[in-house]
Amino acid sequence: MAVKTSKKPTAATKKSKVDSTSKFSKETYIKWWKDMLLIRKFEEKTGQLYIQQKFGGFCHLYIGQEAIVAGTASACKPGDKHMTAYRDHAHPIALGTDPRVLMAELYGRTTGCSKGKGGSMHFFDKKVNFMGGHGIVGAQIAMGAGVAFAEKYNETGNVAFVSMGDGAVRQGALHETFNMAMMWKLPVVFIIENNNYAMGTSVERTTNVTDLSKIGLSYEMPSRIVNGMSPEAVHEAIEEAADRARRGDGPTLLDIRTYRYKGHSMSDPQKYRTKQEVEEWMDQDPIVHCLEVIKENKWMTDKEIKEVEDWVKKEVEESVEFAENSPYPEGKELYEDIYQEPNYPYIVEY
Amino acid sequence: MKTVQFREALREAMSEEMRRDQRVFLMGEEVAEYNGAYKVSQGMLDEFGPKRVIDTPIAELGFAGIGVGASMNGLRPIVEFMTWNFAILAADQIINSAAKMLQMSGGQYGCPIVFRGGNGTAGQLAATHSQSFESFYAHVPGLKVITPSTPYDAKGLLKAAIRDNDPVVFLESEKMYGDKGEIPEGEYIIPIGVADVKRKGKDVTIVSFGKIIKVAHEAAEALAKEGIELEIIDLRTVRPIDYATVVESVKKTNRCVVVEESWPLASISSEIAYHLQRYAFDHLDAPVLRVTQTDTPFAFSPTLIDEALPNVDRIVKAVKSVLYR
Repeated sequence: MAVKTSKKPTAATKKSKVDSTSKFSKETYIKWWKDMLLIRKFEEKTGQLYIQQKFGGFCHLYIGQEAIVAGTASACKPGDKHMTAYRDHAHPIALGTDPRVLMAELYGRTTGCSKGKGGSMHFFDKKVNFMGGHGIVGAQIAMGAGVAFAEKYNETGNVAFVSMGDGAVRQGALHETFNMAMMWKLPVVFIIENNNYAMGTSVERTTNVTDLSKIGLSYEMPSRIVNGMSPEAVHEAIEEAADRARRGDGPTLLDIRTYRYKGHSMSDPQKYRTKQEVEEWMDQDPIVHCLEVIKENKWMTDKEIKEVEDWVKKEVEESVEFAENSPYPEGKELYEDIYQEPNYPYIVEY
Repeated sequence: MKTVQFREALREAMSEEMRRDQRVFLMGEEVAEYNGAYKVSQGMLDEFGPKRVIDTPIAELGFAGIGVGASMNGLRPIVEFMTWNFAILAADQIINSAAKMLQMSGGQYGCPIVFRGGNGTAGQLAATHSQSFESFYAHVPGLKVITPSTPYDAKGLLKAAIRDNDPVVFLESEKMYGDKGEIPEGEYIIPIGVADVKRKGKDVTIVSFGKIIKVAHEAAEALAKEGIELEIIDLRTVRPIDYATVVESVKKTNRCVVVEESWPLASISSEIAYHLQRYAFDHLDAPVLRVTQTDTPFAFSPTLIDEALPNVDRIVKAVKSVLYR
């Protein structure tokens, strides 16, 4: 069991130098860079639009954490299932969802991935096996294990990847689920997107056990700390955990250390952390890192790089255009998608 | 026809559906090796094996959530709670997850799942073990809520619940598991959302559901001796409610008393009373009355239990009141 201990999660994991013996291909780096850049730009635009009050609701950005979804997406297989909490904009993008339907969901339009009924916190896209987008902290941990339960029941060999923030680790649902997931050896990988802050409350202020990878030990769940600023490290950890799950050996807990550059939500004044801390983490930016690897290996010309950057910009712009030109749902849509039964007798009053 | 216990009717429903559909499985505390805390699942482990009849640790929130996730991913779980009082711990998964999933995903992910177990008072178990959750769950759009009162209804409705593509809350009673009743030899299904006129009468309509309806039947016997004929409507389902059957009966009797095991505020009885004043106003010859549990937590002592629950005397009194006798 590879559990390392460390005190406070800091930016101490040094910026990884380009490794010439890297097992990852040119195509993988280019995909990581392209996907993470798309997520970053989508989220930056989302933040701007939110400030301009183009749409309402809560808005939790993924900026800084992109390497986790990039490394997971490259390491998983097509039949695998994915679920997360409410910081959910990046996961479907990494899995291949068209950003247009995601932007339309933020805008509450009929063309949104959840028909404008879920909003920022409840993205779903069955086509890429993205099973939400869940608003109640920790609820997805149990549901994600249930998704894995069905895969095991049907002997598919597929794995469920369930993400959570470091705050969710303190929910009872996690402990109940970990116990059953280990007992039944469910094919599930629990991913803590550990950005060290549950809203404004740091890990140190919520627990005596600040090393979250130790949480799995009570259930003898294989657990490890992973550098969440490195898509390479995430990919390797996810691959190892997924292999374990596919072999029938059950779940893994990955404490993936990352950082959100922005506040918890758009209304967060961020008084709980220093500018220096934020900058230390930004210094390890995974998007910058991937581009460095690409440049050093001369895998793309400056022209090709520019083309991708332009494409990303265009994708984001078009997603906004698509959303703004899409209709809002009509009132009668309220009565759709509540029950599978087509003729449910709703009570209709004044 | 054959005579079976309530628990056997439930077991037949689950076993028949599990034979019919490999996606159906049963999970909960003590359902497998112990053969069920109330012997509802007796013998099912032997027939279906540990893959499909699954003992869980005491972790209602966790296993309810695992059930919800499994239902989102193609299975059709039956999640047994030893009692619905314990399922309060799982309410997040029932109300926030199962009931909302289809809507929040824009129709992409549904939850065909049945949550079932004992509901309501069951003797001297005091406040935490004695609650009735009909109105609690009926309040939530996205759920269907079934509350059978006979073995016949229990089997037919549980089969319908298991085949239903929406999440169903199925409320039984520890005090009913031993009740006997007749059911057909063969398979049958009772549609969800259809009330049943359990006793015909012309003087006063009694609307009730679940095990407390038995007290209404006793009251009907007592009142029949005085020449008062009660019509007893068993709602059987409290989301959706079959209002039409209730209104139809009240158009005939012009009087209604609702008998409910739970508390009065925001209850099924308040809902029925609202509906009748709204849709049968001109047919009412008296205000709709209700006989419910007292507006107090349930208590341990037998004298306090007698005082708290609807009984024959209180129903008789209410019936005579709407008859102005």
